[in-house]
Amino acid sequence: MDDIFDVMIIGAGAAGLTAGIYSSRARHSTLILNEGAIGGQMVLTDEIANYPGVENTQGYSLANTMKKQAKEFGCKIKSNIQIKEYQLEGKVKKVSLHDGREFSAKTVILAPGGKPRSLDIPGEDQFKGKGISYCATCDGDFFTGKEIAVIGGGNSALEEAVSLTKYAEKVTIIHQFDHFQAFEHAIREAKNHPRIKFIMESELRAFEGDTGLQKIQVEHLPSGNISEINVEGAFVFIGYMPNTKAFKDLVTLNSRDEIIVDEDKNTSTRGVFAAGDCIPKKYRQVTTAVADGTIAALSASAYLRDL
Amino acid sequence: MKLLQTNLQEVETAAELDKMIKENDNVMVCCGRMGPMCIPVYDIMEELEDERSKVKFAVMAFDSPEAGIIRDAKECRSFMGLPFTMYYKNGVVTAATSSIQNRSQVMSIIDEKLCN
Ligand SMILES: Cc1cc2nc3c(=O)[nH]c(=O)nc-3n(C[C@H](O)[C@H](O)[C@H](O)COP(=O)(O)OP(=O)(O)OC[C@H]3O[C@@H](n4cnc5c(N)ncnc54)[C@H](O)[C@@H]3O)c2cc1C
Repeated sequence: MDDIFDVMIIGAGAAGLTAGIYSSRARHSTLILNEGAIGGQMVLTDEIANYPGVENTQGYSLANTMKKQAKEFGCKIKSNIQIKEYQLEGKVKKVSLHDGREFSAKTVILAPGGKPRSLDIPGEDQFKGKGISYCATCDGDFFTGKEIAVIGGGNSALEEAVSLTKYAEKVTIIHQFDHFQAFEHAIREAKNHPRIKFIMESELRAFEGDTGLQKIQVEHLPSGNISEINVEGAFVFIGYMPNTKAFKDLVTLNSRDEIIVDEDKNTSTRGVFAAGDCIPKKYRQVTTAVADGTIAALSASAYLRDL
Repeated sequence: MKLLQTNLQEVETAAELDKMIKENDNVMVCCGRMGPMCIPVYDIMEELEDERSKVKFAVMAFDSPEAGIIRDAKECRSFMGLPFTMYYKNGVVTAATSSIQNRSQVMSIIDEKLCN
């Protein structure tokens, strides 16, 4: 056993880092364990223009400031780790990592956020970075003058499709339903664009090519007909899902796999709290994640006082 | 001029990269921007600097004209996603990847192709 902390936080996105700031500032020994890059979805966001008090900033920059703030209050952060096992019952909670290290704490805050849904179809791994992309601002310019597809029908898919017309000759949006789940202005802008075409009620079945992506197989759902479309690029924006698989048997989840919490962010397990995109809510934003992280940390603090 | 805000050594010219490859047996260079697909890879490299001391880790700005040495390399011909990451063993390219990679993907290339 390496250490026993007052508070252990799982996830270093906006919610986890905020909880880390509040908890370490309250002089609780605090550890954040994070599986990916520090900042979570914030580092996937090129520009954040709606975080109050901070004019237009890049996501990585906001994440870096939060990390710095947490560290300055004494919070320990370990990123790119892999957790093997959780024991969340009882007065001392324990986490074991794949590399054999173990950490314990009196209370745990779960802030694992969400991850992009992938299509899980043949060719997706093979052509990632060779035609398949998940970030228009990163990779758009590789597709200058080319024909590409955008998969999805939410705000991200429609907004990114419009922004990709800066580069691509033709953009085909492929969506599984007969209507979009996006803001009216985003739908209007995409529909009015002369170089955007739509294939509705259809799903991708495979990516094909040799050294790079050359075509996609698309199934028209009502008829079951499969057609091939020649594209050199495919941008996938099919939404996010909560990262809660690891907690399925440890705390109660709802039918959408979100961790159920009360207004103080208590989960069904005593001494375990949850915050951010992993809990049920209508609006998933940095501001709402930060608010959840604050409440979870203050509730954890109250729990420690009552121990 | 340095263009990437990381704690890794930034290679600014093709000549500098050439020298680094000649002077070090094992080199990993990540060529990218300060974007969402690149930052996680820089993050992993910063951590591995302590754990894999036999490997020289560096970054290079994708938009610098000098980065043509990586952008135009034959190993990157089919690449269409940032970052372009190159692994050099004894002066030659032993692996190259396009787009974001996770820690275990980076570690397995380092362990299989560089520190073998
Ligand atoms: C492309 C994009 C653009 C966006 N734009 C904006 C915007 O402009 N403004 C805005 O307010 N919001 C925006 N959002 C939404 C906002 O980024 C998220 O709502 C918010 O960052 C969620 O924070 P979080 O801490 O709950 O989760 P996340 O950011 O998902 O962080 C969770 C962290 O936990 C880690 N983790 C997951 N599982 C485990 C585990 N088992 N063990 C350890 N660690 C784990 C993950 O690797 C990650 O680092 C955007 C999101 C995306 C994807």
